[in-house]
Amino acid sequence: MSDTPITDGPMRARSRRMVLLDTSMKVLYPSILVLALYFVFAGHNRPGGGFVGGLVVGGALALRYVSGGAAAVRSTFRVPPHLFLGVGLLLSALTAFIPLVLGGSILEHGDVTLHLPIFDKVKVTSALSFDLGVDLIVIGLVLMAFVAFGEDVPDAPDASDDGSDAPRKVRMRR
Amino acid sequence: MFFLLALHLAIGIGIVAGGRALGRQAFLVAAVAPLATVIWAATQAPSVLDGEPVTESFAWIPQLGIDIDLRLDAFALLMVAVISGIGLLICIYSLGYFSHLKPGLARLAGVLVLFAGSMLGVVLSDQLIALFIFWELTSVTSYLLIGNDDTNPRARAASMQAIFITGAGGLVLLAGLIIVGQAGGSYRISELLADPPSGGAVNVGIILILIGAFTKSAQAPFSSWLPAAMVAPTPVSAYLHSATMVKAGVYLVARLAPMFAMTGNWRLVVMVIGALTMSISGLRALRQHDLKLLLAYGTVSQLAFMMLLLGVGEYHIAEAGIVLILAHALFKAALFMVVGVIDHQTGTRDIRELHGFGSSWRLVQIVAIISAASMAGIPPLLGFIAKEKALDGYVEHGDFAGGTAVLVVIVLSSILTFAYSARFVLGVLGHFGESEHPVVSQAAHAPRAVFIGPAALLTGLTVLFGVAPFLLDDLVEGATRALYPGSEPKPLELFAGFNPALGLSVLIIVCGTLLTVFRGPAAEAQRRASEALRPVPSGEQGYLAVLKAISITATRVTATVQNGSLPIYIAIIMLTVSLIPAASLASEIGSLPQWVEEPVHIVLVAVIVAAAIGASVVHHRIAAALMLGAVGYAMAGLYVARGAPDLALTQFSIETLSTVLFVLVLRFLPRSWRHGAPAIAAPMRIAVAAAVGVAIFVFALSASNSRSSVDEPSMSEVMVEQALPKGKGHNVVNVILVDFRGWDTMGEITVLVVAAVGAVSLARPGRKRADDDEAPVFEEILDAGDEPAMPEALR
Repeated sequence: MSDTPITDGPMRARSRRMVLLDTSMKVLYPSILVLALYFVFAGHNRPGGGFVGGLVVGGALALRYVSGGAAAVRSTFRVPPHLFLGVGLLLSALTAFIPLVLGGSILEHGDVTLHLPIFDKVKVTSALSFDLGVDLIVIGLVLMAFVAFGEDVPDAPDASDDGSDAPRKVRMRR
Repeated sequence: MFFLLALHLAIGIGIVAGGRALGRQAFLVAAVAPLATVIWAATQAPSVLDGEPVTESFAWIPQLGIDIDLRLDAFALLMVAVISGIGLLICIYSLGYFSHLKPGLARLAGVLVLFAGSMLGVVLSDQLIALFIFWELTSVTSYLLIGNDDTNPRARAASMQAIFITGAGGLVLLAGLIIVGQAGGSYRISELLADPPSGGAVNVGIILILIGAFTKSAQAPFSSWLPAAMVAPTPVSAYLHSATMVKAGVYLVARLAPMFAMTGNWRLVVMVIGALTMSISGLRALRQHDLKLLLAYGTVSQLAFMMLLLGVGEYHIAEAGIVLILAHALFKAALFMVVGVIDHQTGTRDIRELHGFGSSWRLVQIVAIISAASMAGIPPLLGFIAKEKALDGYVEHGDFAGGTAVLVVIVLSSILTFAYSARFVLGVLGHFGESEHPVVSQAAHAPRAVFIGPAALLTGLTVLFGVAPFLLDDLVEGATRALYPGSEPKPLELFAGFNPALGLSVLIIVCGTLLTVFRGPAAEAQRRASEALRPVPSGEQGYLAVLKAISITATRVTATVQNGSLPIYIAIIMLTVSLIPAASLASEIGSLPQWVEEPVHIVLVAVIVAAAIGASVVHHRIAAALMLGAVGYAMAGLYVARGAPDLALTQFSIETLSTVLFVLVLRFLPRSWRHGAPAIAAPMRIAVAAAVGVAIFVFALSASNSRSSVDEPSMSEVMVEQALPKGKGHNVVNVILVDFRGWDTMGEITVLVVAAVGAVSLARPGRKRADDDEAPVFEEILDAGDEPAMPEALR
């Protein structure tokens, strides 16, 4: 009820590892990523799409954050988050404008039907690359949010790769 | 013609970008553009004067019927001759004027060419919207040229004043052009001329057009910017602010007068404003000590004269206006050049400081005397022929209401014109030089040939066309016919016999001479009269008052709507969103929909309502965030119940993520809301919330109703049908996102990126520790093994 920031309350609570969550993450995390990939690639014909795909990855990252703190999120993607934003926007913009150069109109899509070994007949439209760009942007946005606002769990194993067991000081936020 | 416009653009940009290395020679490069135009116009002249205009067209926005149609008829040819002919001479003159290199000189030369191209666009456009674009370009280039000396605060203020007045006039003009174009069903001047529109809207539209033209041509009460613009270098003043740009308003009025002179109040407005401006500016010119300001007020007066001739829609009178455009360009450009020469060589243009020019200045003085005599209307010069024709036009054909009154004003103002022309000549001859002022002109060197040559050439033309006016017959008659198809203009004559016009000319010269001889008592009388009139606000004061009023209003509005309180910001945004669109949509609600379609809806809506109420009454921030999440999940449930899996999927993911992010951010805020005095009282907050709720309800209802009220297949059906054949996808929602409405998505993801970058860069400094000097770098963040660097980088 006071005006003190709630920073250290949850921090202390979280300093004990949640074993159940940590263990289930090993299964959950890759499965969610696969689901997200499915959403992106199937989106043109079934429920899904780049935006939803990105959000699902964001959900996975949120889980990762809850279990391992901001460091865990960072170690997941060893690429700076802003690169996701830039590459994503570039990809979408190129998909939008390249048809213009080829004499079409903006965001005019073409498609190719491929015969792949396992998937057999696969129809790929250029809308996919647009969707992938959207996907990357949403992932970048979530990553940036966690990196900017997130908190490190002091004794999380992924937070420090130097192997030292010394507990880190919890720094007080302003 | 497009080639010429592109040439101006290329040369102008080239000089602005890389002209610094050229030094003064930039003006020689600049001269290429007007030279090419003059040569091209000369080759086209024979056929154009035969009544066969040259046209070119370029589809610009064909969906809106906006093309750039260029059309060179005889009137446009005359304007092109003035623009490019004077432009060429100005470029040569500038070589002498800018004998000392100053920073920004190349930019001046480049923008001068860009201006010349824009001005060509104005007179060549046969399409009102294209004309407007070029019109605005002349305003912008004029702004840049007046303010070219950007270290001089007076130049900056004058350029601001010019673009403020002409820019505001431009907006008014655009409104007028659109009204007229829509009413006439065409934006092409040549088509409108054949079938002029009429009606109540057109009556308003033509007044708006006139206001735009008056601001551009510095007519009362918008004339204050032109004298202020005299702070610009003299080549700019001579070119833009006497010979060309200020004639754009006259040009537009001349073009449209044949269609609209009889419509609404066009003729009345032109006559009243023209007569007022012509006489008042003539009086003010008489009081100036600065030669350049004297010419500036004289220009305003002469522009008003042109308005009176070209704006009343009578071709006999308009013919005189066409001659006056030409005569004015010749004598006024020459006079400005002379002032520039004097200013440059002696360092002053105040007539009280000038006297004792040596004999080497004879050529400058002859140029000044002849050009001023042409301005005063003394035979056998072109100015006399123009004035004689104007008087004749009003005597013989001014039999419309107010015509005689205008004739009287023209005669009186012409007496003033004679008087200020004489004042100019006496000033240049050193007559007003006073001993208590420093004598500066005595030691001044006479100008070089390249400096005074252009003015001498213009003066030579003034004499040539005055003595042999038949040389201009084809051009003037062709231009008159271009404006008034089927008219039969009279040939130009130096001596048209003993007629009333000649008598009036003699009267003007006699009275003008008397006014000059008795200038002492006249000046005293004028000083007393102006003191009596002091309470009447001038255009300049009006401009300042408008500026002040805008500033005060802006401050007050900002202080009210942006007072720094987030709750008030939100309340204002929400009220605006809910009141303005919803009020207009409320009338479109036909029938209420079926309230409950499935029982599960009741449960879901109950959850939504309960969670929403809960979110607004709980005291904990995180609890409120969770309640909002519950609202979102229940909404997603509604989507599922309605069979919209895509929406539900997106809503579920968004709610999950935003709840996590909420918790992430709320950690930094106090646990609960302060219970001090809220920025907005509770009843007001409830009222705003209720208004938003009602607005969304109205919006949803009218959106779903609007589909049933039209016969055509609704957009959603079309999209469902076209998703597979056109969008190559089975998922309609996705096809809409990436294809049908892909451009929207493009905009949204751009906003997303900007928001992400903005939020993070706002959050970072807030989390930075006091001892952390360096901005965080991502490489440090990634280097998770480096124990001390990493957490600090994050803060």
